[in-house]
Amino acid sequence: MTEALIVSILIITIRAGTSLLYATLGEIYTERVGILNLGVEGIMMMGAATAFAVSYHSGSAWIGLLGAVLVGGLLALIHAFLSNTMRADQVVSGLALTIFGTGLASFMGQRLGPGGTTMVGLQGPKFVRTPLPLLSDIPILGPSFFNQDVLTYGLYLLLPLLWFFLYRTQPGLHLRAVGEKPLAADAMGVPVIRTRYIYTIFGGMLMGVAGAHLSLGYLQGWADNITGGRGWIAIALVIFATWDPLRAVIGAMLFGGINAIQFRMQAAGTTIPAPFLNMMPYIFTIVVLVIITWWEAISKRLGAPAALGLPYAREEKH
Amino acid sequence: MNIVFEKRLSRSRRAAVLVPIISFILALLFGSLILLAFGVNPLEAYRVMAVGSLGSQYALTETLVKAIPLMLTGLSVSIAFRMLFWNIGAEGQLAMGGIAATYVALFLSDSLPGALTIPTMVLLGMLAGAIWGLIPALLKAFIGVNEILTTLMMNYIAILMVEYLYLGPWRDPDGYGFPGTAPFPPEAILPRLVGRVHLGIIFAIIAAFIVWFVLSRSRWGYEIRVIGENQRAARYTGINIGKNILLVMLLSGGLAGLAGMAEVSGIARRLYQGLTVGYGYTAIIVAWMANLNPWAVLFVGFFMAALLVGGDQIQIALQTPAAVALVLQGAILFFVLGGWIFVNYRIRLLRPSEPAAADELS
Repeated sequence: MTEALIVSILIITIRAGTSLLYATLGEIYTERVGILNLGVEGIMMMGAATAFAVSYHSGSAWIGLLGAVLVGGLLALIHAFLSNTMRADQVVSGLALTIFGTGLASFMGQRLGPGGTTMVGLQGPKFVRTPLPLLSDIPILGPSFFNQDVLTYGLYLLLPLLWFFLYRTQPGLHLRAVGEKPLAADAMGVPVIRTRYIYTIFGGMLMGVAGAHLSLGYLQGWADNITGGRGWIAIALVIFATWDPLRAVIGAMLFGGINAIQFRMQAAGTTIPAPFLNMMPYIFTIVVLVIITWWEAISKRLGAPAALGLPYAREEKH
Repeated sequence: MNIVFEKRLSRSRRAAVLVPIISFILALLFGSLILLAFGVNPLEAYRVMAVGSLGSQYALTETLVKAIPLMLTGLSVSIAFRMLFWNIGAEGQLAMGGIAATYVALFLSDSLPGALTIPTMVLLGMLAGAIWGLIPALLKAFIGVNEILTTLMMNYIAILMVEYLYLGPWRDPDGYGFPGTAPFPPEAILPRLVGRVHLGIIFAIIAAFIVWFVLSRSRWGYEIRVIGENQRAARYTGINIGKNILLVMLLSGGLAGLAGMAEVSGIARRLYQGLTVGYGYTAIIVAWMANLNPWAVLFVGFFMAALLVGGDQIQIALQTPAAVALVLQGAILFFVLGGWIFVNYRIRLLRPSEPAAADELS
């Protein structure tokens, strides 16, 4: 392989992996406090639609990003309210969020173009790739890792922060305690419900960013069903990462890599029909899930947070 | 004063009926806020939706047409949900049923006696859906792989498979580039009863009876319900959970496959892109609103179909995106979920000195 080919594959890998990683990190933080949010796909869809609509009309990708963050947090708040306060089934609540978000995003897509027309095919502000001085001169790694857009760079900073916060700070310890042993956390004086609200909303905001990166960075535009199952793949990646932010990087790169291979094969004029190429990420997700579940079973490692998906009510013993 | 939820001794039947109805009304109010935000008059939109889906014989038959796949997939997921197996894959199982039925119609009908074509399509359609549902079931039963994710991924794969077939090898050679297969021969088309309402409506009623019988009148159904309520207890009483997962998913996938067969044979009369429009996802709302009761699934399925037809109507009449129907569906589910707590709990206002009675009750 030539250096140019490796670089071009790496660039797409990282670009495609960026939104996946934001979504995965959001879901990791959510699940770590014991809330299962299956609404990632819907939140990302709304994030993508909001980011594009707001940036198109305001002329600033940054304001669009802000809109996506707010919408992501707001949708996650609905889920937090239903699962914490109303003790609803979290699986169904997440599915409701996905149906709602997909519908509303599609609605917005058809109405929020100029003068109430469609947003499909419009060009708006975007986050363009900008090489970082010095760093981008490193052979191979430079032009692939340090010639990206600002949201990818943001991830380079956010990732160690999120890891450090989760494992090395007191609020991080509380966060994990709430997801593992809410009763004990409560006895320690950690406000269980409030903590769950906070990180579910925070996780939703990251999912909103993931959507924004699709419509402003990676795909640069709005299309119906723009997320194409990425939200669900992110949930699979949480399992793959065993709820660890750093391991999530490997998963996001793997799936980003699959996207890159798809692109390369299409560009090279492969005879494999497009639908089969497009199946690759989904088949790969199933294969990865099977391997990781099987491996976890034989190594008897602790997987999910112990209280994941269970509503917390102090007066009822679990 | 403090608001607490106290667990009821038994589920409130009154609340179980009232919650979906009140949820629907609240969802309409919530939806009207969204419509207003987009500059659409909600009263006008709802009027068009109601008249367009229920207001004439034509409207009613069109609603029934959409209700058929919703009823069948609603039954499909509700039997799986009853044992807390989250089959989110009805959409893909429906697609596979459609593919198998199309295969019979296009390639086997010549060599089959005419009267056997439809039964073969039903059989193979159900079989294809069942096999598609069996794959996640096997992975769950033997390895423990999360079924929510596998059933969902299988949807994407099945939909792409449909796309491959109607764009590729099964594309109509005389179709002037129309993306779809050739139309079915007459013997492969489900007879219509009134309007576009086809025999699939009878399939749905029979299916509801079978699901009701299995769940309420058979030992198998008893096992399914025990697993759904308490998996650990089920294991202690010697119920084979793995075997039940496989059997339930065969039935669940088979019903969704039947929905796909009925769609291609009764409505489109060919395989094309419009086969997978999200019935398998709406089915989740149908099942949940119906409280997983098979007879209620028929009723709620009809009702959700009215919402979908109404959505199409406002797209035509008011140029308002049909996705409004999806938004309303999601909102209804939000309110049902939020309201369900009143079925199992009651609200009490407590003075600080008064102890909560929940411990003794639960």
